[in-house]
Amino acid sequence: MADSSAKQVLFEPIFSNNPIALQILGICSALAVTTSMNVTLVMCAAVIAVTAFSNLAVSLVRTQIPGSIRIIVQMTIIASLVIVVDQLLKAYAYEISKQLSVFVGLIITNCIVMGRAEGFAMKNGPWLSFLDGIGNGLGYSVLLIFVAFFRELLGAGSLFGVSLMPVVNEGGWYIPNGLLLLPPSAFFIIGLAIWGLRVWKPEQVEEPDFKMSRHTVKEAF
Amino acid sequence: MAKAKETVSRTLMVALVLSIAFSVVVSTAAVMLRPAQVKNQNLDLRSNMLAAAGMLESGASADEIEEEFSRFTVRLVDLDTGEYVEPSAVGVEDPMKYDMYKASSDPEMSTNILSAADKAGIKRRPNVAKVFTLEEDGELVRVVLPIHGYGLWSTLYGFVSLEGDANTIEGLGFYDHAETPGLGGEVDNPRWKRQWVGKQVYDDEFEEPQIRLVKGGVSSDAANKEHKVDALSGATLTSRGVENLVNYWMGDQGFEPYLQKLRQGEV
Repeated sequence: MADSSAKQVLFEPIFSNNPIALQILGICSALAVTTSMNVTLVMCAAVIAVTAFSNLAVSLVRTQIPGSIRIIVQMTIIASLVIVVDQLLKAYAYEISKQLSVFVGLIITNCIVMGRAEGFAMKNGPWLSFLDGIGNGLGYSVLLIFVAFFRELLGAGSLFGVSLMPVVNEGGWYIPNGLLLLPPSAFFIIGLAIWGLRVWKPEQVEEPDFKMSRHTVKEAF
Repeated sequence: MAKAKETVSRTLMVALVLSIAFSVVVSTAAVMLRPAQVKNQNLDLRSNMLAAAGMLESGASADEIEEEFSRFTVRLVDLDTGEYVEPSAVGVEDPMKYDMYKASSDPEMSTNILSAADKAGIKRRPNVAKVFTLEEDGELVRVVLPIHGYGLWSTLYGFVSLEGDANTIEGLGFYDHAETPGLGGEVDNPRWKRQWVGKQVYDDEFEEPQIRLVKGGVSSDAANKEHKVDALSGATLTSRGVENLVNYWMGDQGFEPYLQKLRQGEV
């Protein structure tokens, strides 16, 4: 990532270096906020805004930040931005902010935000850092939207709250899969997404840590 | 250069400047957005109440909600005596400002419930509750009462709306809970909520609330079907919680003294 062009910085995190699928960061909120598309989209917008502006702000003051307190400085910047986003949501998207509840506040602890501030914005200029924030936010969003699509469609028979497959409880024919409304289902979908992504881009497959040795001893017979 | 920024005084300086700068940003946002947030919160409470009363059409605008809500009178009721109390008795000017859930954690304004009697699983009950009445031509046509209690995972907060006879249910709904989506979470299902319409809380004796959530549906020839509602399938504990909390709040520790007075026209 030494000579990163703007385009690379913006688009690489979407598939080639996806923060959730490859870096395995920010999984917790991916489990919590993906039961409906509307909520997910707002969460994604919030995360994109926070990563972009925190990267920008960290990058702007990066030459001034003393090394000994740099993590605390980054946290202050991120936390302030998250509070501002939370306040904005409460003022202009009250219904959705109620559903997101604590998870907006928990963007502070989202490893993607912190990771990009420390890993990228501390070493790069403001414009590139800003794009990197947007790019990583988008990478996060793509995966979240993918997860939410399946969870809402198969778990509730609807998308964006519009019923596509009328469920039995409301007099339709579709028996919803309740598991998909519960957090563990996101693990399965993220797992499958990572699998799909690595089939498509085999360079993402990691070297195995160890190999099974051949079975040489004949037992039991 | 690299050395210069590591001194103690500089570190303190940077920390100070950044703290001040960001506290200004945060407090500006909080202060500027406050009016919009308060408006949202008020609107939320009003629409929850109207939705439970079955008087809210989906997609109603803020003005419509406000207009519909303004037909109601907000009153405070002393749960022990069943009489109305002045807002000043609980230290507020506007009855709308009184928060009965906050009051339940204040020992001065709430009562401990003995665990044997605590059907709703709420431990403390506020002394004064906020009710909404709708009168047409001097006649009571609707009364909306707040209810809450424990289900399986969470406390459910909602409203029940009764007709002018203070007995027939006109609507019931919960606006805040964390029951399992798809199972207990079906308390929000409009089809399930519709079953409550027309059910009777009390029998002819008007002593104990009689609401039961039963398994397997309520057939048209079931005994006491006017008190029975089909339980949620796959959610026995949430159903039990709902049954208990409705009966608790309609019972003698809840709104029964008040409803009795309403029926006899004493308040």
